[in-house]
Amino acid sequence: MSRLEHAIPAGIIMLIGLWVAWISYTQTPAEAFVFPRLVSTLFVILSVWTFAATLIKPSEGSVTISAKTWANILPGLIIGAIYVFWLGKALGFYTATTITVFVLISYYDPAPHGQIKVWIKRALITAGFIAVMYLLFAMLLGVFTPREILFR
Amino acid sequence: MDFIFYFGEVFTLTSFGLLLLGTVFGLILGATPGLSPTMAVALAIPFTFKLEPAQGLILLGALYTSTVAGGAVSAILLKIPGAPANIATTLDGHTMAKKGEGARALQISFLASLFGGVIGVFLLIFLTPVLAKWALAFGPSESFWVAILGVTIIGTLGGGSVVKGLLAGCIGLWLSTVGFDDILGTQRFIFHSSLSGGINIIAALIGLFAIPQVISMFAKGRQAQDMEVIDVKPHPLMASIREVFSSIRSLGIGTTVGSIIGLIPGVGGQIAGLVAYDQSKNFSSEREKFGTGHPEGIIAAESANNAMVGPSLVPLLTLSIPGSPTAAVLLGGLIIHGIFPGPNIFRDYPAVVWPFINSMLIGQILMCVFGLLIAGYAARIARVPSHIMAAIVLALAVFGSYSVQTSMNDVFVMMVLGVGMYFLERYGYSAAPLVLGLILGPIAEGNFVEGAMIANAQNGIATYFLTGTLNIVLILMVIASISYSAWLELRNRGTEASS
Repeated sequence: MSRLEHAIPAGIIMLIGLWVAWISYTQTPAEAFVFPRLVSTLFVILSVWTFAATLIKPSEGSVTISAKTWANILPGLIIGAIYVFWLGKALGFYTATTITVFVLISYYDPAPHGQIKVWIKRALITAGFIAVMYLLFAMLLGVFTPREILFR
Repeated sequence: MDFIFYFGEVFTLTSFGLLLLGTVFGLILGATPGLSPTMAVALAIPFTFKLEPAQGLILLGALYTSTVAGGAVSAILLKIPGAPANIATTLDGHTMAKKGEGARALQISFLASLFGGVIGVFLLIFLTPVLAKWALAFGPSESFWVAILGVTIIGTLGGGSVVKGLLAGCIGLWLSTVGFDDILGTQRFIFHSSLSGGINIIAALIGLFAIPQVISMFAKGRQAQDMEVIDVKPHPLMASIREVFSSIRSLGIGTTVGSIIGLIPGVGGQIAGLVAYDQSKNFSSEREKFGTGHPEGIIAAESANNAMVGPSLVPLLTLSIPGSPTAAVLLGGLIIHGIFPGPNIFRDYPAVVWPFINSMLIGQILMCVFGLLIAGYAARIARVPSHIMAAIVLALAVFGSYSVQTSMNDVFVMMVLGVGMYFLERYGYSAAPLVLGLILGPIAEGNFVEGAMIANAQNGIATYFLTGTLNIVLILMVIASISYSAWLELRNRGTEASS
């Protein structure tokens, strides 16, 4: 299993390298792809070497992400992905960030969910952070962010 | 002595205010476990866009200096190094803290950092113009090889597998070609509309350094942080000052080792502290005390860490080769402000570079003063729960990458690269060579194309790029860095197999 789990990512990187090389050597005008050809040639050599090494060399030891770690990471990744790829633009950055930060803090907080004091603390941390972000990005740096759904 | 003329620039209201801000925030970020100096500088770059280049660089320089020193706080009080550079500090620092000497350990750490840091910045001041004059002889072919040397050296000497380091550098060089070709305007590798503008360096830096750390914090799950609480009891400062300056051997070894390692491109501060600690132990008459809470251990490690900061910028400013991953991020910060490091940097941008260097000198003093002031509250700062940190860093990464060009595409690219890097890191690939490939790619390509045009009018590409004393020296350096690292890797593998 350990050898396979190293060989799969090395194989994916090798396929990307071959794809980059194929595009570099087939696209025109050739003058625009001189440097990519040089880089992709090295890319292919090194990625094939790495892939072959994972098959030939003794196993490097397992780096499998355990089911428990996946269970810890996935909710954060899903919340993060929703925030980045949809919520930020749909609701506006400050509204989306308020929701995301509050949800993330609440989800990963080891404190018991049943206590009202804990929820107030989470809300205060979120509000304080958003206030600082608004002060920094909107007022100090003047960054224009996607239009807010709740306020202008 | 040009630097003296620009000292006044550091003391304008805005510049000095930014220096103070960067120092205090740097100390706090450095003291927080899980936030590396590289990530702190990457996240701060978007805040510098509205500033003058010199002011922006003053802020980034202050963060670089103080995050390295601040990392000692969590190393001493929690036995968690704030950055890899502080690993050696935990050996004696935490033992002292457990004995109730936390304040003494922190004071010694900041004072040793000040000494090493000041010497390191003086090296930066005096060595950079010398190296810049030497680098003036470089044409397009030499500049191309210097960029390649930068990628290979950070890829191979940064630790880990040589082939994987070089492969990560190659991936970075390839990513730098995504978008429109500068000369012919041809589309290259644009397989999604969000990549039509190429990969923005700052968004990539934030994603590659911040997102893997956010995911690592998620991986801890809903664990209560089981950190040992150590109270910091007051300790007379004068006693610590006497102690540091009476340990002149450890201070000298730490500063010398840190300065030399800082000058070697790619090696960085990660090993400076450990090498200095080891050498200080070897030369000490009290070797047996090392590891049991001996102040000399902290002095050697911390003076080395901060002595490395200044010299790591010498190859960066003159040759565009960063001395450490954090210096690589600073290179991105320089480029985003339109400053391209190289031999002419002191001729073209003296009003930017000298105030930046001078601010690092003043920043060392501020770092020590504020470090000593916050030492009493340090334990509280260092115990910010990781779930709060993860949410804050994610939001900062999104805002930071968006604010570069007010583009959602940069946010998408940041997130995709960051998640990809988390998984690549698990398989032994490092972000530093990838970032360097991305940053140095356009420099390497620009010089390659320019060189190829000259070569076509002369004796051909091979003759132009592979002959000439400087070219041969640089090619030999590329080969030597790869060979040396391969030899080290084979030796380590042999040692592991025999043990």
